[in-house]
Amino acid sequence: MTNGRANRRQFLSTAGAVAATGATSLFAPAHANSLKPTRSMRGGSNNYIPNAAIVDRIGGGGFWMTGTVRSAVDGAPLAGQRIQVWAHTTEGHERDPHSHGATLSDANGEFRLEMPQIVPAFGQAHGHLAYDSDDFETVFLRPVLSSAQDTSLSAHFVLKPA
Amino acid sequence: MVVLSLITTAMSPLLAWREPVYIAAGFAGVVALILLLFQPLLAAGILPGLSAQRGRLNHRWVGAALLLSVLVHVAGLYITSPPDVIDALLFASPTPFSLWGVIAMWAIFATAALAGSRQKLKLKARTWRLSHKTLAVVIVLGSVAHAIMIDGTMETLSKTLLCALVMGATAVSLYRPFRR
Repeated sequence: MTNGRANRRQFLSTAGAVAATGATSLFAPAHANSLKPTRSMRGGSNNYIPNAAIVDRIGGGGFWMTGTVRSAVDGAPLAGQRIQVWAHTTEGHERDPHSHGATLSDANGEFRLEMPQIVPAFGQAHGHLAYDSDDFETVFLRPVLSSAQDTSLSAHFVLKPA
Repeated sequence: MVVLSLITTAMSPLLAWREPVYIAAGFAGVVALILLLFQPLLAAGILPGLSAQRGRLNHRWVGAALLLSVLVHVAGLYITSPPDVIDALLFASPTPFSLWGVIAMWAIFATAALAGSRQKLKLKARTWRLSHKTLAVVIVLGSVAHAIMIDGTMETLSKTLLCALVMGATAVSLYRPFRR
């Protein structure tokens, strides 16, 4: 299972980064715990359909969209945040309603949503993610797969209170 | 080479996950790139068995076909995903290749407009040739950059070779003296 290995590696590197951040904050002023909010990416909101339903997985699955949700105020993980995901996959175009779905972040601020394999469309294999609920400012992301053969993609949200 | 690029494109696995309009739009782009290979050869009259005058007559018809295939390409993409095409046309797309495609598209429109009004404007032959050649260079460079940077239905090796041929043909015709 390459997926599990990739995720464990990602987890370790994330944990390392978090540890490093924690270490530097010992020597920095108190407000250094606040993080720069994630800004929406160009084209991130293209073919967005509001209010995608929370699903166990989109279509037949086989591809993993993962990521984290944290607060810009103190960097703390945010649980229960609704992240919407859509892409051009082996099962449909970006505009098709069945290409859209949503999931909630867990207690560690992490989210994972299984979906069909993303394939190149409009010249790039890419996915779309949105945070569009009331508590924080809206963010639209459009991460690109480093290789069209990748079977996972991750995106991270640092949200600013609305 | 032309046949090879069409065959390898038709074999692209990406086609299985695309709707007919999107597939047609992609092929219109490939056809446009192929027509672009013939344009400098026809203009310079270096296609075997074709006189310089016949070549230039055909150059006009192929130019019109090129304009048409670019219109089909953009319209088909618009039907497939309007916001992505609007972003590209406004130069606000996250993908750099669309920028080059749109630049080449405007240069093709400008060429068509200039060719259509050439007699009305009473352009001097020198002015006409200079402006037409300048636009041609923009079209070729823009189209080649657009095609090379895209992860699309064209197979990489045949696409690269076709682009090299287009650039070579353009360079040769630019440096060839005008033939009657």
